[in-house]
Amino acid sequence: MTHVIELDGVVRRYGGAGAPALGPLDLRVAQGEALAVTGPSGSGKSTLLNLVAGLDKPSEGTVTVDGRRIDRLGEHALARFRRERIGMVFQFFNLLDDLTVADNIQLPAQLTGTARRGTAARAGELMDLLGIGRHARAYPGRLSGGERQRVAVARALINRPALLLADEPTGALDTASGQDVRELLGELHRGGQTIVLVTHDLALAESWASRTIHLVDGRIAADTPARAAR
Amino acid sequence: MSRLGTGALARVIRAGVGRRRVQTLVVAVATMMAVAAAVVAGSLMVAASAPFDHAFAHQHGAHLAAQFDASAVGEAELRDTGELPGVTASAGPFPSVALQPVGADGPALPTLTVVGRPGPEAGVDDLDLRAGRWPTKPGEIVLSTSFAGPATLLGTTLRASDEPGSQTLTVVGLAASSGRTADAWATPEQVRALGSADNPVTLQMLYRFAAAATDGQVAAGRGEIAEAVPEGALLGSQSYLDAKRAAEGNAAPTIPFLMAFGALGIAMSVIIVGSVVSGAVGTNLRRIGILKALGFTPGEVVRAYVAQALIPAAFGVALGVGLGNLMAVPLLDDTEEAYGDTSLSVAWWVDLLVPAAALLVVVAAALVPALRAGRLPTVEAIAVGRAPRSGRGRWAHRLAGRLPLPRAVTYGLASPFAHPVRAVAMLLAVAFGTVTATFAVGLTTSLNEVGRAQDPEERAAVTVLAAAPPEAHGPRPPAEATEGGGGGPGGSAGGAGGSAGGAGGPGTAVEPARVRAAIESQQGTASYYGMTQGEATVAGSSGRVELVLYEGDSESGAYAMISGHWPGQAGEAAVPTRFLERTGTRLGDTIEVGYEGPEGTETRTLRIVGELFDTSNDGMRVHAALGAFTTAQPEVYPVELDPGVSPNEYAEALAAVLRPLGGDVTVNADEGLEDTILILDAMAGLLTLMLVSVAGLGVLNSVVLDTRERVHDLGVCKALGMTPRQTVLLVLSSVAVIGVLGGLAGVPAGFALHHYVVPVMGHAAGTNLPASVLDVYGALPLTCLGLGGVLIALLGATLPAGRAARARTGTVLRTE
Repeated sequence: MTHVIELDGVVRRYGGAGAPALGPLDLRVAQGEALAVTGPSGSGKSTLLNLVAGLDKPSEGTVTVDGRRIDRLGEHALARFRRERIGMVFQFFNLLDDLTVADNIQLPAQLTGTARRGTAARAGELMDLLGIGRHARAYPGRLSGGERQRVAVARALINRPALLLADEPTGALDTASGQDVRELLGELHRGGQTIVLVTHDLALAESWASRTIHLVDGRIAADTPARAAR
Repeated sequence: MSRLGTGALARVIRAGVGRRRVQTLVVAVATMMAVAAAVVAGSLMVAASAPFDHAFAHQHGAHLAAQFDASAVGEAELRDTGELPGVTASAGPFPSVALQPVGADGPALPTLTVVGRPGPEAGVDDLDLRAGRWPTKPGEIVLSTSFAGPATLLGTTLRASDEPGSQTLTVVGLAASSGRTADAWATPEQVRALGSADNPVTLQMLYRFAAAATDGQVAAGRGEIAEAVPEGALLGSQSYLDAKRAAEGNAAPTIPFLMAFGALGIAMSVIIVGSVVSGAVGTNLRRIGILKALGFTPGEVVRAYVAQALIPAAFGVALGVGLGNLMAVPLLDDTEEAYGDTSLSVAWWVDLLVPAAALLVVVAAALVPALRAGRLPTVEAIAVGRAPRSGRGRWAHRLAGRLPLPRAVTYGLASPFAHPVRAVAMLLAVAFGTVTATFAVGLTTSLNEVGRAQDPEERAAVTVLAAAPPEAHGPRPPAEATEGGGGGPGGSAGGAGGSAGGAGGPGTAVEPARVRAAIESQQGTASYYGMTQGEATVAGSSGRVELVLYEGDSESGAYAMISGHWPGQAGEAAVPTRFLERTGTRLGDTIEVGYEGPEGTETRTLRIVGELFDTSNDGMRVHAALGAFTTAQPEVYPVELDPGVSPNEYAEALAAVLRPLGGDVTVNADEGLEDTILILDAMAGLLTLMLVSVAGLGVLNSVVLDTRERVHDLGVCKALGMTPRQTVLLVLSSVAVIGVLGGLAGVPAGFALHHYVVPVMGHAAGTNLPASVLDVYGALPLTCLGLGGVLIALLGATLPAGRAARARTGTVLRTE
């Protein structure tokens, strides 16, 4: 089985020799898997996500994503790795207010050096797929929460990443919009996209993930396949 | 006082100052530099602002100082001249005598006009007693401050002349007369006692006229007085305008320069302090919202934020005043030397006004955003930074996004348009910095060109003297300096010196034909010409002028032409601007020149074919071809050498031929630039460095604020895969547009300022300027200066750009 994520003996400490925020932790995520990470506040969910995204580095252990040891990479290489292999969706969308929807979606592709013309077709395709094509020239501030999160998902997928990371993607949304995003992620998973999702929303984890890990005090307290898989 | 009390307010202020260390430091440093620049600029402007006029008005100076023959006119009659129409005040008559005193250890002073006055104040020309006291008894004298020096300290004794038994005079005071009506003063009895049959006592009257703004008005007043006294009684007079010209002669050209730098410095200070402080308050709106949520009243919020800006600014102001004084004092010392005895120091009110104005600017700059913050509804204030932004500058993002440039660059290019006010402040800082640099580069180049344009005959590698100076015929060491008539100083041809005599002997000129033959036959000669100079009169003009005559191909020694051409033909002449002004002539006019040659006066009519740049002899010189004057003979031959020829070896070889005939050869040393030019260069360099640094700090501050505001967006970009290099590129691109625009605005403005100030400096020195002095900017230097705007912007942005690139993405997103 091919693993997209391999964490071996990972520990992350913040300041001094106190209890680690995460770990020791070993984790494997297979290609096409949809992993939900749950746990109470301070359990290490965001730390785990940051380590996998290459936004943070482990104090101990190794992090391999899509076959590459990213804990050894410098900032420059990490940035390149992130934009080519990883897509990220945030709780508060993190769209750039100054850019139109289309420009927001195309930004990661343009950072790789691809010309605007080259990214427009892919962006159009994603906007149609996610049902936001009519908002292409609008600014994020004028969209609803659900629409903004769809823009964020489109932006995360623009470079066809091996791994999609989502941090509380429904946390800032009303119920209807949350359901909307849930269905969208389910469709992506069914299309073969590997997804790691951090959430407080146990219903989301239950209904959508193929596997759930529950973190408590930085350690995996439970690692269970989803109901469908069980 | 609110329920929170001053303790809480003080803690909030302290925390605010301590938390934003970089911003606190930037506010303090920017204020310090701006205040220092303003103190220097203000002091120089005060110093440059008509010091003679101030001193003259303060002393109630005399428009005319007239000397009368005591044997031809009585004192009562002279007193009556004070009642003549047009005379508004008078003083005198005072006894006056010319004296050449001798120091105790022998050195003679120049001839002094000593006037007997009962006290320093006379109603007209009230003397400024700078040191010591006024003479009260015979044997005491007060010297003009222009003679103050080691040999004339207070208490020094002088002998009235070098004759044995001459009277001893003790220097008891130093005084200044702005109109320079005398060189020394004593009691009237003492002055009368100094007179003799050979050196009779005359009478001095001092007058003020109702109209004395021009030479003509002063001359008219003089004419009235001359008519009121017996013919021949008026021996001579001095107009205050001559004294004014003499006092301001050296300093006048520096005034426009200092004014320009002063205005730039003050404008820059206001812009930078204003933008730094308002930016610092404006970016803290969210914290202000939290404070209000905790119960701070709007008034307390305003006070807290004004105080937060004032604390670092006050430190900066205090340090800036000290630094400004330290920097101004040496510059003022230099200026003081140029002004003669007019005392210059940092005016006390500059030291008060500049910090007060700076603090006022700080308060005003802080008050506007602080009041806005105070009025902002609490919820809205808290939401600032989280809520979607106003949407300013989106058009710029749309346009920039279409450019075929890397995305990080296009994103950065559009960024400044989100904060137009801040962008304009940054643009002004860069533009002013570029103006300063452009002006300074042009000015120093022009000054250096002025230095090079002076005394072109000294540019020749070697000077041949037709008649050796007497000392040239004694034994002397190699390379000893000599001076030739009209030739430049330089090292002698060396050797053990020639024997005295030869065909000519000391002081006897070698025949021109023999000199020419010697030069032409000497290997290594590229070109040469002959020249001589002497006194001449010009019909219709009072006084004498210097006549400089050239023989042969004198183009290599030609003065820089302002208009017309160098006089190559007999009958042609070129003259400086002041000559044209004083004689009322123009190019194409003819003048009658009476050359006072060795065989009497030879008068010729010369046509003025050129206006040239020559400030020697107060601009009263005439340059002409020697051929027009049959009695004139060249005395000096500047010689240009073939490439690679050693001037010393050439001069030695030629001297071996000419010395036995009575001539000599000197090598011209490169003396470098004049002290005045070097001082101005140093001033321009220092002021430019300060102002460009202030501009850079302004940019630094704006970019620090901008990156702090954009920290979340930058974090998102980095999370999406923006590399550190792309982040730096983004931040630098955000100032590049401002740099380019600042350069594009600053270079033409600096160019225009240079083209305005430099001719004004020239006019103050009494001359128009040649193209070589004015047209100093080439395409390449202008391009480089334009890029200087970009450089200022990029240097200011480098620090925050690096910081933004190093920020950990996870941390940045967490602190959102």
